[in-house]
Amino acid sequence: MSGLYRYDELDRRFLAERVEQFRRQVERRLAGELTEEEFRPLRLMNGLYLQLHAYMLRIAVPYGVLSSAQMRALAAIGRRHDRGYGHFTTRQNLQFNWIKLVDVPEILGALAAVDMHAIQTSGNCIRNVTTDQFAGAAPDEAVDPRVYGEILRQWSTLHPEFTFLPRKFKIAITGSPHDRAALAIHDVALRAKAGADGAVCFEVYVGGGLGRSPFLAKLLNDQVAEQDIIAYLEAVLRIYNQYGRRDNIYKARIKILVHEVGVDKLREQIEAEFDRIRGPKFRLDPEIVETIRAHFAPPPFDTLPAESVAFEQARTADPEFARWCRSNLAPHRQTGYAGVTITLKPTGGIPGDITSEQMEAVADLADRFSFGEVRPSHEQNLIFAHVRKNDLHALWIELRRHDLATANAGLIGDIIACPGLDYCALANARSIPLAQQISERFADLDRQHDIGELKIKMSGCINACGHHHVGHIGILGVDKQGVENYQITIGGDATETAALGQVLGPAVKYDEVTDTVEKLVEFYLEQRRAGERFIDTVARIGVRPFKERVYGSAA
Amino acid sequence: MARSGDGPKVISANRLDTGAVVWLGAGDSWVEPLSAASVFEGDEVAAALVRAKAAERANRIVDANPVEIELVDGRPEPVRARERIRAKGPSVRADLGYQAGQFS
Repeated sequence: MSGLYRYDELDRRFLAERVEQFRRQVERRLAGELTEEEFRPLRLMNGLYLQLHAYMLRIAVPYGVLSSAQMRALAAIGRRHDRGYGHFTTRQNLQFNWIKLVDVPEILGALAAVDMHAIQTSGNCIRNVTTDQFAGAAPDEAVDPRVYGEILRQWSTLHPEFTFLPRKFKIAITGSPHDRAALAIHDVALRAKAGADGAVCFEVYVGGGLGRSPFLAKLLNDQVAEQDIIAYLEAVLRIYNQYGRRDNIYKARIKILVHEVGVDKLREQIEAEFDRIRGPKFRLDPEIVETIRAHFAPPPFDTLPAESVAFEQARTADPEFARWCRSNLAPHRQTGYAGVTITLKPTGGIPGDITSEQMEAVADLADRFSFGEVRPSHEQNLIFAHVRKNDLHALWIELRRHDLATANAGLIGDIIACPGLDYCALANARSIPLAQQISERFADLDRQHDIGELKIKMSGCINACGHHHVGHIGILGVDKQGVENYQITIGGDATETAALGQVLGPAVKYDEVTDTVEKLVEFYLEQRRAGERFIDTVARIGVRPFKERVYGSAA
Repeated sequence: MARSGDGPKVISANRLDTGAVVWLGAGDSWVEPLSAASVFEGDEVAAALVRAKAAERANRIVDANPVEIELVDGRPEPVRARERIRAKGPSVRADLGYQAGQFS
């Protein structure tokens, strides 16, 4: 199967050994041979957290690509070991919320059987690398980022020097000028491109991140050669490992180092280290690149005309289908094909949640319509990257049967929300029920389409798993003397025009959030000019008029 | 409205083997419905916590902590939303957790 990296025997032997290692660690913990303090870092290295209701297992989906077989394995785990569902996250991973410690070795074994694991989904290490959900399909793509995502996976997995960093470290990569991977909010971000000589090179950005102190990543180097990219990242990580703060968890991310030292000074240090270490040891061998690139060769596309008569007829005949096409299709580089976003955001639903039955349906449909491949996006949706236009109507009918055909991709109903206080031990406030309320308030899909692109992102605490700082409307749950309150920002942007949202005003109560969002939307509709999206209007007229609408002219 | 203070408390933890939310009950057993939890006041809280920490060392439970409650119709009701959700299950999935009669 093309488009998916296949583990070799070394990978599989390593995973099998790792499962057995953790099986023994669990046995020793249950037998009392390991204390919780000793065991906690071991379980976290295997993606196992203790949350509000049970253990939570976070499973890695490297660079956000799943095979249909892997999706079926996840469905089976959800049914057998969880409560029949899973939750896709903003890290393109999947979480199960109701896991028993005693079951985890068996679950990890089931994952290993399909070349999956939960390694480096927690802990102060290089986390699962994320990328563009339309990689290998987008017309604007210059370089396929999955190739380098896989190279980074191999480089960073159990990297002995970077297993105990000052804090976690997140890398995102794209190969397109249009940023669908939220590069600016990552510790390191790479944009692969063709250099002046046509060879692959990388723009390297550093120091992005949200949380308590949000920063957008800054350009570190605009042209690192392909053969040097591993050496360059080694240098970045070494400097961070050496100088990153370990005295204060809130100041330990590389963004704080960049902020305190300055990107120019940091660049000097990184490039001095880079000059020192570049050479045969870290040089990325072109043969290795080509070997990995072969795994991501284009699937066997049919030769099709640009226009599909069947597609056009269905679109004309069926307004519901036409509406779904307007919001949930993406252009494709291959003539006669389209990318499809399956939003996990049904009206009133829980963002990112998917039942085992739906997972199995998606796996079957992926086999039938998209070369057996499914991609979770950082916006908590699923992508079929390569669908024949001729097949779109049949796919839509099948998706609708499984409540997976909501026509709201990129619209106000397509809300990112972290698990919040309903599941997460770190949360201060709930996020899911507010996402549900907003989704229901704007249930009218015609209204959503009229409003246009509007990205609501919501977090239940300052850790910002829901990316609220870069939401067109961002919603942050805070605890005020035991009462859930919500701080609202507007004007954030996670794309190539990245921006942090500005605070609208004082936090509002739980019951006021949806009304506040509606006031913002209504004001936008009154003010917008032709072709303006919500954030365009915010950029043009500023935050203050929106603030006055919400809080009154005395604001 | 939540507030800290010297009011009545229960002792909360998670079972080590399953992660299930449990409460310290009669005879120092760890019980799943909050309604079966023992309620402690004043100096009893510290003493109960000592016994809970012993259960941690005995590898029965993890993360033992006192939780503020109010007595509503004689039943303990956590003051903070976080603990109410732990006691019942996700507020967005009434079909899951103890609120749905799911015990481990």
